[in-house]
Amino acid sequence: MESNDSLFLPEQARIIGERELTSNTKLFDLNFENGKELNHEPGQFVELSIAGIGEAPISVTSSPTRGTPSFELCVRAVGNVTNALHRMNVGETVGIRGPFGTGFPAEELKGHDLLFIAGGLGIAPLRSLINYVLDNRDDYNEINILYGCKKPCEQMFEDEVSNWARRQDIYHEATVDYCPDEVCWEGNVGVITELIPGVDIDLDETYAVVCGPPVMYKFVLQELEKKELPHDQIYLSLERRMKCGIGECGHCQINGAEEELYACQDGPVFNYERIKGFEEAI
Amino acid sequence: MKAIGKAEFSNFVDELIADDPREVIGVQAKSNKFAFDPLKSAEDLRLDYDVTILPPKKYFMPQRETLVKYNTNEGEMTAVNEVIPRIIFGIHPYDLIAIQQMDKVFEETHSDENYLAKRRESVLVGVNMKNASEWSFAHTMGTATTDSGYDLMLTDIGDKYAVEIGSVKGSELLEEAKSQLDDVGMEEIEKVREFKEELPDKFRDDPEFDPFELPRLLSEYYGKDGFWEENAEDCLSCGTCNLVCPTCYCFDVKDVNDITLTEGERLRTWDGCMLEAFAQVAGDENFREEKAARYRHRYMRKGRYMYNKFGDIACVGCGRCSEQCVPDIADPVDVFNQMKEGTNGI
Repeated sequence: MESNDSLFLPEQARIIGERELTSNTKLFDLNFENGKELNHEPGQFVELSIAGIGEAPISVTSSPTRGTPSFELCVRAVGNVTNALHRMNVGETVGIRGPFGTGFPAEELKGHDLLFIAGGLGIAPLRSLINYVLDNRDDYNEINILYGCKKPCEQMFEDEVSNWARRQDIYHEATVDYCPDEVCWEGNVGVITELIPGVDIDLDETYAVVCGPPVMYKFVLQELEKKELPHDQIYLSLERRMKCGIGECGHCQINGAEEELYACQDGPVFNYERIKGFEEAI
Repeated sequence: MKAIGKAEFSNFVDELIADDPREVIGVQAKSNKFAFDPLKSAEDLRLDYDVTILPPKKYFMPQRETLVKYNTNEGEMTAVNEVIPRIIFGIHPYDLIAIQQMDKVFEETHSDENYLAKRRESVLVGVNMKNASEWSFAHTMGTATTDSGYDLMLTDIGDKYAVEIGSVKGSELLEEAKSQLDDVGMEEIEKVREFKEELPDKFRDDPEFDPFELPRLLSEYYGKDGFWEENAEDCLSCGTCNLVCPTCYCFDVKDVNDITLTEGERLRTWDGCMLEAFAQVAGDENFREEKAARYRHRYMRKGRYMYNKFGDIACVGCGRCSEQCVPDIADPVDVFNQMKEGTNGI
């Protein structure tokens, strides 16, 4: 029988824009067919579904301050759903459930210095907060953005990144793990942790906001530890397998010595002080 | 409390099978084991069983359940909830308690109608345990009897079943057997009391722990060097312990297309945290890659997570995982005893 109160029925959203960011990553601009707004907070995610392929959790990369009612997803083609999405064209529709999860504490961060540390595709969720902060620039103090990629051609959002570099009210550094000889690259060459010592951190004021591949967190946290940044001033956005987005399916549970967390509800954004005792978190 | 003669009870069940529009389910022999299956005749109903292969959870959270139907050409999606009203005979108290725990999961998180509607449309007829599996430790877990969770509860008192009514649904079902019901006297009440008094002797006597120590013991053993590695060493990561557990509810969601590739269904299927890919994401990152981490995760779910979230210890002592585990490493009594003994030793 048909059901009117399903938790699993996606709403239809149309692809209204599509832009290649790297050889395997695209930016999709989406609009709900029924005209409603996503009403997300920076750092939240949606379950993106393509009928016949399946669902996958994808963080929203656009800021709620920009481009509404449409919203943007930055998607790398690495799995079934993401590869299928890459084969789709402007005008086609996908399913969306959400937004889900706990995003960045944009209010709590007001009045403070911010240090964004993005590795690779980790720029996608951070961009939603970066643009939110830039659109409310007066509410925030100093802004530092560190962005690292494997190689220059993997840097995304070039126009926005060059804007960060131009602006006087942003400290921005970019790095690549390596740069082929024939490519012109003006930024640093080396891992992202090399950029952290150069940032002016005010231990009372600075909040670090970190997102990157799983392997990156440990090293970034070690570097922030050297700077003696208090752990409750560090926010991390974590990736996990999720099949529901609403705390039911059990996949995204993170076990700790004393308790356990669900990345889809307690996160995906976590305060480091909260999760540092969770052996499975980092 | 009422009572019904065994022959009259069989007639009652046969009449339901013949006349009631609902599907009538009961515990039946299945080769040398028992299973919940649709009943064809009351004589197949085995209320003396020890344990079933699968718990009755499959009727509320089926192994494969359609959540959404879609048409890939039009991109159209329709929510689906396939509810088959059922009368289920012969649920043991530990399984009734497990169902109550599942109800909390699906009610208190997000009112999941795909589960809740199936529950609403089911009548649960429990039976007190005449026999127990050699692996069962329900008595230790406090789940050998229950005062709630059933619509009707039967107790075998010789030539009759004593019948306790647990809900309006139960009393409505019993209406249909009204003329065959006997009032009970002191004799029947005494027999039920004796039945329950003799229950503890049916269970294994090796558990050394108290269920409400488990959250604390698990926290102490969470980071214990070598403990989980040693216990999980022979684990095959087959997920059988998950499949047979009455409180395991983790699920996968996947699309299955029909042969035309235009129509298809989005299914909720059982998943298992002991399977290697349970916490794996695209790009091959696996957040619980080691079998010891998965093994520990399962114990954390049973003994601590559900307790922290809902106040329940999510092991009801049915013994199914212990019995079905091929390398024989899944017995919770063994693991909990080790913790208890180790803690005493400290």
